Amino acid sequence: MTTRKVDNVNIIDLSGRITIGEGTVILRDAVRNLVKNQEKHILLNLADISYIDSSGLGELVRCFSTVSKDGGKLKLLSLTKKIRDLLSITKLLTVFDVYDDEAKAIKSF
Amino acid sequence: MSSTATTIRLRIQSSLGYTDLVENLTNNLTHLAGCNSDLVYSFEMAVREVVVNAMQHGNQLDPNKYVSMQYRFDSENFEVQVRDEGEGFDVERLPDPLDPENLLKSSGRGIFLVRSFMDNFSVTHIPDEGTEVRFAKRITSS
Repeated sequence: MTTRKVDNVNIIDLSGRITIGEGTVILRDAVRNLVKNQEKHILLNLADISYIDSSGLGELVRCFSTVSKDGGKLKLLSLTKKIRDLLSITKLLTVFDVYDDEAKAIKSF
Repeated sequence: MSSTATTIRLRIQSSLGYTDLVENLTNNLTHLAGCNSDLVYSFEMAVREVVVNAMQHGNQLDPNKYVSMQYRFDSENFEVQVRDEGEGFDVERLPDPLDPENLLKSSGRGIFLVRSFMDNFSVTHIPDEGTEVRFAKRITSS
């Protein structure tokens, strides 16, 4: 996982799996640290996420709530088909702003 | 299921560290059974969710309690049974994760996903023994 900043948007490039245990804790800590540092615009890049389970979906929601409660915005970038399907089935596509193009995502904040 | 079906059983201590092992075994077995990639993924996801649920909610992650599994497949069907030592749950009374008031909850989607991906999903509580979750799907070849 790496974090970079483009304009005023913090982009977290995630890779591997977001599953119960370590995968969710790493994401949670990364988002909490940004919120603690008063960063309000966070974009999670899921292009290299190969698998996400229900705990991972729950963690995305938890991160969204954490950022929103602090007056910030958390959006998603580059969902694989499987992850998009999971978000669709669980109606989480109605919760998250999702982008396929990084430049457009950055401009949207 | 035909009389020539393959049956594999295993018994696992309630530790989330074993979920990857179960997932890998599931992938190997679904490939062996001739499932296509979508079906392999569906079982990978379903088994993982049900086993985590059995260890965490059924057995309370008690290392003295076990999860018993059975895979059974032939050329037409693939079926999984997962039994824990817990008190069980009423699947019809689980909160609906699609209800607007539950959408922002960080848990409660696991069984919903399994039911979405699988056929013949059932939960049976066996007094003094535990809870058995069973699910299956017709095999679609690659």
